[in-house]
Amino acid sequence: MGGLQLSGVNEGAALPELTVEVTPTTVVLGALASRDWRPMHHDHRFATERNGVRDIFLNTPNQAAWIERYITDWTGPRGRLGQMTFRMRDSVFPGDAMTFTGRITEVASDDTGCGWASLEITVTAREGGEGEPRIATTCSARVAVPVDDDDNPWSRRGENWKPSTPGSK
Amino acid sequence: MTSDPAGLPEDVVALIGQRQYPQTATFAVERSFTDNTLAATGNGNPLYWDEGVADELTGGMTALPTTLSLWMRPHYWEPGAEGEQVALKVHFDLKERFGLPEAVMTDNTLTFHDPVRPGDVISHAQVLRSVSGPKTTKLGAGRFWVIDIEYRNQDDDLVGVESYTGFGYRREEA
Repeated sequence: MGGLQLSGVNEGAALPELTVEVTPTTVVLGALASRDWRPMHHDHRFATERNGVRDIFLNTPNQAAWIERYITDWTGPRGRLGQMTFRMRDSVFPGDAMTFTGRITEVASDDTGCGWASLEITVTAREGGEGEPRIATTCSARVAVPVDDDDNPWSRRGENWKPSTPGSK
Repeated sequence: MTSDPAGLPEDVVALIGQRQYPQTATFAVERSFTDNTLAATGNGNPLYWDEGVADELTGGMTALPTTLSLWMRPHYWEPGAEGEQVALKVHFDLKERFGLPEAVMTDNTLTFHDPVRPGDVISHAQVLRSVSGPKTTKLGAGRFWVIDIEYRNQDDDLVGVESYTGFGYRREEA
């Protein structure tokens, strides 16, 4: 099975961009798939009148799933997520064009020989796909990538799997 | 009565670092929820669609890592339950304790350990890590708090840790 290997990961390089047109279905489908029943993710009146925002909006677990998809589209199936830290700075609403961009900030191997790519990912939203994009979410991610044809990060367990960013908990 | 620079009541200070609401899921991990998430995000990763790929790489089907919190989310309703069923109970306790009717999650860290597999039964506990002093943002006046959730499977293997920063607030009067 082919796919990305650590030797093909270069610090400073960009990931391919992904743009998605967000609809009410995108928001509701994502909320229900993540078993998030809170009304601001399906009830327009609740979102506008109680939360004071312009529409229902993407929920946090679904945004995580979108970012996971963006990362593994790039790594292929051997890529294994270690850690993601993200900050929601603005909401993503139906009618927005949601764009994912990413940059490789570090390429490293840990003391077990596992190869890691650190990524900075930005999700922007443009209302109606026009105007100035606003930053909706930023994400720092750490994903394990095979170091060679025989390596499979998914086979790692226990002390051989160190998913946290060094220095974090 | 307060006991720290953030002006926190003693009962809130006493909760910091305590494991609260240990719970075991009332349903086992299902592949269908992973499929729904894949469909909701247009994710074609063959690891989750092709059993041959899953057998080769992960020794069988697994759940998408980012579905971690999904397995502990309560049903919207179930027999015997009263009122709306909510996940992350500590978050809602803090909203009530401080009289803050609205809340948003601002930061979220997910750390992925052993893969979750269909049939697993997940357990978790919630740990309040910190609560800020009063803060005012464009949303309103309130407080930030950090809550960790540790997830384990039926064999007590750690499958993930989730850390949330929430902001509970009251909207400013116009």
